[in-house]
Amino acid sequence: MSTVAHKTIEQHSTDHHHDTQSTIVFGFWIYIMSDCILFATLFAAFAVLHTHTFGGPGPKELFSMPIVLAETFILLTSSFTYGLALLAAFRKHQGQVIGFLIATFILGLSFVAIEVTEFTHLVQEGHSWRSSAFLSSFFTLVGTHGLHVSMGLIWMIGLIVQVKRHGLTHITQRKLTTLSLFWHFLDIVWIFVFSIVYLMGMI
Amino acid sequence: MSHHENLATDIEFGSDHGTVKSYIVGFIFSLVLTIVPFVIVAEHLFSTLSMYVTIAIFALAQLLVQLVFFLHLSPKSKARWNLNVFIFTFLVVMILVAGSIWIMVNLDYFMMH
Repeated sequence: MSTVAHKTIEQHSTDHHHDTQSTIVFGFWIYIMSDCILFATLFAAFAVLHTHTFGGPGPKELFSMPIVLAETFILLTSSFTYGLALLAAFRKHQGQVIGFLIATFILGLSFVAIEVTEFTHLVQEGHSWRSSAFLSSFFTLVGTHGLHVSMGLIWMIGLIVQVKRHGLTHITQRKLTTLSLFWHFLDIVWIFVFSIVYLMGMI
Repeated sequence: MSHHENLATDIEFGSDHGTVKSYIVGFIFSLVLTIVPFVIVAEHLFSTLSMYVTIAIFALAQLLVQLVFFLHLSPKSKARWNLNVFIFTFLVVMILVAGSIWIMVNLDYFMMH
């Protein structure tokens, strides 16, 4: 009974506030869905062009699967730690939130670092995006994902500072929610990069 | 976590947010769904075509796991609109990708034959 009464009072006093927050989250969800379509076009381009290696080596010769598997595990784990950060935010444990965010940030940063190293290796060995249609579409697709992850990392630094400075207010919690959507979405995109670019490339 | 807190956050952010248990289950699922297709491809366990199909099935299963356990999409969720928008996007993505491949394969066929 007390739960219901409490809820009604709270709802009554902050109805407008809640409404705005969930509208913002929904708007962000729509942005993510449009980003999905952007990635779909890049996947379509890759699907069409991946056999056009211009006489150069294909995915089998170019990519190192253990490294790609490591990248996948790192990103999956970072998604998990972000989930824990969000749960801690709902329990109002500020220290835990910052701890899990830092863990997620380190995992995300190592993902980007591995990717940049791999890209540098490829380019140094003469397999840059200028070599073939296959490599152009590969670098565009995987690079766009990497760029998204990097943007997410910059955003995450901002959030860590905000949570530290302002605590877990309605606004920082909403920001944590939107970044969580973004981060899990990048994880999903990577699953398809892993499956389509790397695993199918290995066959 | 108390029932009341759950209600408040659900109303606020328009979706359920799961529990530590659901995140752990989702995480284990996603690891398994990554390792199994990797081993299948690395060991060349099946014929070429069935490996393509297997990878696609595992990728879709992985997508489902991530949506349910990490993004908390469900028909029962208070954020029913998130699911509706997602289903529409999925449709657009399918038309885009399948349509592009279809057109390009067709063009390729008519130019080569």
